[in-house]
This record gives sequence, structure tokens and C-alpha cells, in this order.
Amino acid sequence: MTAALRFDPIRLPPECEQLRKEVRAFLAEEIAAGTFDPHKPNREDTDAPEFSRRVGAKGWLGMTWPKKYGGQERSFLERYVVTEEMRVANAPTRRFFVADRQSGPVLLKYAPEHIKMEILPRICRGEICFAIGMSEPNSGSDLFAAKTRATKTDGGYLINGTKIWTSSAHIADYMIAIFRTSPPTKENRRHGLTQFLVRMKQPGIKVNPIGQITGQYEFNEVVFTDHFIPDDHVLGEVDGAWKQATSELAYERSGPERFLETYYVLTELVRAVGNNPDTRSAEGIGRLVAQLHTMRRMSVSVAGMLQAGKEPVVEASIVKDIGTVWEQQLPHRVRDLAAFVEETATNRETLERQLDFAIKTAPKLTIQGGTTEVLRGIIARGLGLR
Amino acid sequence: MAESDNIVVETAEKIFADLADPQTINNDKKGAWKTPLWQALSDAGLPLSWVPDDLGGSGASLADGFALLNAAGRFAVAVPLAETMLAGWLLAQAKIASPDGEMTVVPASPKDRITLDADGSLSGRARGVPFAKAAKHFAVLAHGAGGVSIALVDAAKARIEAGLNVGYDHSDTVTLDKVQPITIKPAPKGFDQTTLMLMGGVARSLQIAGALESMLDISVRYSNERVAFEKKISKFQAVQHNLARLAGESAAALAAATSAADAVANARAFDDEVYLEAASAKIRCAEAAEKGGGIAHQVHGAIGFTMEHILHRYSLRALAWRDDFGSESHWAVELGKLVAGRGADELWPLVASR
Repeated sequence: MTAALRFDPIRLPPECEQLRKEVRAFLAEEIAAGTFDPHKPNREDTDAPEFSRRVGAKGWLGMTWPKKYGGQERSFLERYVVTEEMRVANAPTRRFFVADRQSGPVLLKYAPEHIKMEILPRICRGEICFAIGMSEPNSGSDLFAAKTRATKTDGGYLINGTKIWTSSAHIADYMIAIFRTSPPTKENRRHGLTQFLVRMKQPGIKVNPIGQITGQYEFNEVVFTDHFIPDDHVLGEVDGAWKQATSELAYERSGPERFLETYYVLTELVRAVGNNPDTRSAEGIGRLVAQLHTMRRMSVSVAGMLQAGKEPVVEASIVKDIGTVWEQQLPHRVRDLAAFVEETATNRETLERQLDFAIKTAPKLTIQGGTTEVLRGIIARGLGLR
Repeated sequence: MAESDNIVVETAEKIFADLADPQTINNDKKGAWKTPLWQALSDAGLPLSWVPDDLGGSGASLADGFALLNAAGRFAVAVPLAETMLAGWLLAQAKIASPDGEMTVVPASPKDRITLDADGSLSGRARGVPFAKAAKHFAVLAHGAGGVSIALVDAAKARIEAGLNVGYDHSDTVTLDKVQPITIKPAPKGFDQTTLMLMGGVARSLQIAGALESMLDISVRYSNERVAFEKKISKFQAVQHNLARLAGESAAALAAATSAADAVANARAFDDEVYLEAASAKIRCAEAAEKGGGIAHQVHGAIGFTMEHILHRYSLRALAWRDDFGSESHWAVELGKLVAGRGADELWPLVASR
């Protein structure tokens, strides 16, 4: 019997609509004040610490977390609305997004109480930035091939090895990383990895930026040389990180950021085409909007499952697979459709600048956060094929 | 398969399992299964689900009826259940009681027009009308000088040129030449041919989604049985990835169709947001039928290309259903015009409207 795939038509409750208005108003003020240009996705977000603090002050970071850690105890669906409005506006979210989506929930689940009390409120205030240390040179998507060692020593561990493709490590205050604490066993090659909280600006950590084909710097290589991590910075079970890492991924895989990364080119195409499109443009836009709408319905549905306390690993993987393939193709489809837009002195300028960046961004979208191939393997497992 | 949690769907699924098993039907070349199936569906009041009690129906909710259509898609049901439901629903819009027996709706394409003449007769031609040949009555939407009307018409009064769609179901050309309707009443305010096409499109989307659920199910099962190159084909990564994509297409179709059904069931009017839902469902489900059906056949190899195998019952019907009540290219053009007309800055608010 095939696993039943259900994507119930979850509707956002009224409090989400009120919140959406507040977020739009806030973003409009920020745009008016010159914090960021919504038509320029190709900014480096390293320069927006003040924006992060203002988002934190609004109560929009750690929204779903307990109040005692600075959270608001609001729903996943409310968080969803904030995420999609920020994304659609091209707001500079990189500094806080990873902590809000992923690192905070990991700390909530696995960190000792005093660390939660120390760090979570600071995430909620938008003061600190997180990176995720998963991939290593020659391991890539194969998490379980990680070799960077955490060797037990007095009162903690010594770290030696290298992480790579680590987004934001150059600006991060903390990293949540997996390191090898034991060799894999014959029965379980996933055994032997442990999750740690790393304080970045400490001895024994060197961050080397890696340029991307977009012309930006976002990735890094992070080299650990006898870096000391105290015992209370172990997150969860020693040697058991693989269980933790996989449940973390449902959060990472189904959100609006997984199909909206190149969305801006669609809006700009509609603007360039104008309000009386020819049949070809109309059809192209109609199809893209139908596809976008469908993915959003699927993504909202998964947010509803998370809100209900489920772990929709297969459903989330489906959303990420379809979503990232779509956002990867989008700039190319928009380019096709834009070819016949009548050119005036200024109407194509923004679109062309955006297309240039989106086309360069596109190749990474099906790689970050789990490659298409890995996701399809997870879906196949859910179907009972492996 | 999705578990049914309502009595209408439970009843229907039991009837489908007993009397519409795809394998049995596929082996029965004479069509002897049709009469008992229709009888059982009628006895359970399912074809007139969307007709209120006082108009001769069983008064199920729109939501229950939509779930029933999704279940019918999972069994690739080849009797005019969806068509009779739509016809009963259309007639009920004008408070016209539904007669017993098979019905269908005319027109079934956004481009066809039936006109109401001053003498009260109906004229016009409608192509691709599903199951017209099997219907005893038509529910007709007509345009007259005074606006849009809804009529009940005796099918015997029409000229019907029989045709088959790519799924081997009747898809006929209906010509009305000064036909006097049995009953005709004005459509409610705001109801027009687009409303009918969107409703029909949502019905077809649910059927396509159901067919894809079954295609995924039988493809996964087959891949776990079939051995090639000394192992089950489900163990080949390339096959696994194809099935993962099929699961994605099936999930997308189901999500789009059930979301549209929910939107229509709770709509106060067919506004832009409902239009987005219904048109998107038809577009996305049609795309899924093409991509998903292709993968299901690929997984099945040559055996899925035979008449003996049941795969074609789902794959060809899903492809055929793309054409009814406006193809995906029709709705894409219309949706694109709507989006462009509202302007670039209104696109996101429309998409994020619920």
C-alpha cells in the first residue's frame, strides 16, 4: 500500500491576515526609510543588523517559542505569513533567518536550560546570527560521511577538521554543527555523529570566504584547529545526531523560502508586460501563477501539519523538490516570455537586472538544504521503495 | 489511498469497490457492468448529490460531492456521475427540479454558445459534451436578450453526433436547433458561463487528482513486483526517482484540486480569489496528468501500453479530462489576463489571499 499523501486545504486564520497587514506596513516603512530596495535582490545582507533588531522588536523572531525564552507563543501559520511577506519584499533576512527557522528550534529541543536562557532571547531580539555546519569537503550531501573530529578531552571536546559551503559563517556569532565523536558502526553508518553549539569568535576557528558565481560572498570554508567546546555545548545525544538532524529538516524544506527565492522576476515580468498582454504572455503568466499558487497551497498545508505537531518529512521533501525545481526554472521561463516585451527607455531595466541575478542564483536552489536527488530518495523511502 | 471520513464518500467507495473494480471492468468488453453500477449509484442518491431535497436530490454539501468526485477519479469511474452531478447542480441554481436518470451539461467548453431565442427555443452547437449520448436530459446554460438562463432539455430533442475522447468515453457534439426546453428559468444574478466552466473544471481536477493517486499506487506496487536485471525495478535509483516525481505530481494535483474545491464550497461569490483557485487547479492538474501519466507508463514498460492492463483506464481518462470545461491553455490565458489586468503589485496579494 502506498503511503497516503494528503495536503489538506489549510486556510490561514484571521489573526494571520491582521499580522500580514502589520508586516506589510512595517516593510513599507523600511523601504521608505531606505533600509533596502525591494527591486534589488542581489544585496549582501551583512549590512542589515539594525533591520534584524527592528524585526526582533516587532516580536517576529522566535514567534512560536515559549515566552520565557523571549518567544511569542504564536502559531507556525503566523510565522509562515511573516516569512513569506519578508521574502516577497526582498527584505534582508539572512542575518536572522537561519536562527529563527532552524537553530533556535534545535536549541529549544536539545540545549541545556542555561544555554537556552542565554541565547534564545538574543535570537528573538535579532542580535545574533547563526550558521549551520553540515557539509564537509568531499562529503557534500552525504551527511554521514562527515569526518571533522570532536575528540573528548578534559571538560569538553577538541575539534579538528573543515566544514564547507557554510552560509553566513563570516558574520555568524554561533554555528550548530555536527562532528564525528565515534567511527560509524558496521550496522549503522549513521552512528557516531554529535551535534554541537559552536561559539564562532573563539580561538581555533578560521573562516575563509568562498566567492559564488553570483558575485556575492555567502559561503565559507570553516577550519577548526584544536578548537575547544565545553561539555554543556553538546546538543542532544552523543553519537546520535543523525536522528536529530533529520527531524530538523522538515522545517528547512517546506517553507515559502523554498519556492519564492526568484519570485521577484515574475512580478517584474507582469509589470513589463503591462495590463493588456498578448496571448503568449498571458498564457505563460497564467501557467506560472497556477504553479506558484499550487506550491503555496502545498507549503501552507505542511505548515498546518507542523502546527498540528506532525513530522511531515515526505510531504516537506515533495514541497522542496517541486518548489526548488520551479524557482530554478522561473527565471528562464520569464526570460522566454520577456523576449517579446516591447522595449521602451526604462521598462526593461529592472527586469533585466533581476533576471541577470536570478539566472546566476538558480543553479544553487536545487542543491542547498538537500539536493533534488537526496529529496527524491527520501520520497522513495516514504513510498516504501527502499 | 486517502481514507474517507464522510458517509457520502464511504458509500460511494463501497459501490465502486463492488461494482466498478477497474480490473473487472477492463475485462468486460460488453459493458455489462454499467447498468448495475448506475443503479446502485442512483439508489444511493449519489448522481443528484448536489440537488436539494425539495428539487428531487439528496442534498449533500458541495464539499461532500467534491470528495465523492475525487473518489470516482481514484476508480476511473466511466459512467456520467460527475456530469449528472454538475447538471443537477446547474439546474438547482435556477430552482429547477432534477429528473431521474443520466444527465450532462451543455455547453462543456467556454467557447461554445447556446442562445435563447425570442420564441423561447434554444439553438446552438456544443462540442466535446461528455456522455451526451448516454444522457436522458441536458442541463443547458443559454444566453438570451434578457441575460443568462438555465434550462432542462429532453436529450431526444437534440441532434447528437457521437464521438470518443482519448479515454474512450463518449464526448459528443450536441446541436440544438430551435429546441423547446422542458423548463427554463433565469440564472441567478452574477451566474454566467464562466461560473459553470470553473465548477466543471474543479470537478475534472478532482477526478484527475484521483486518477493520479491510483496511478501512483499501482506504479509503486508494480515496481515492487517486476524483476529486471535480476532485481526488483523498485530498487533501481532511476526508477525510484521517477516514482518520487510521480508522487510529487500526484500530490500537487491533489493539493490544487482539493484547495479549489474547498474554496468553491465556502465561496460567497466566484470572485478573483476563487477564480485563481479553480483555474489554477485545472491548469496544474492537467499538467500533472501529462507528466504523471507519462511516468506511470514508463515504470510499467510495455505492459502498461496494452489494453489488457488497467493503467490506461487512469492515464487516458486523466488526459481526456484535461479537455473538458476549458483546457489548461484556455485557463492559463484567462488567468494571465486577470493577473495582468490587476497589475504587478496585486499579484502577491492575490496569491496570498488565503
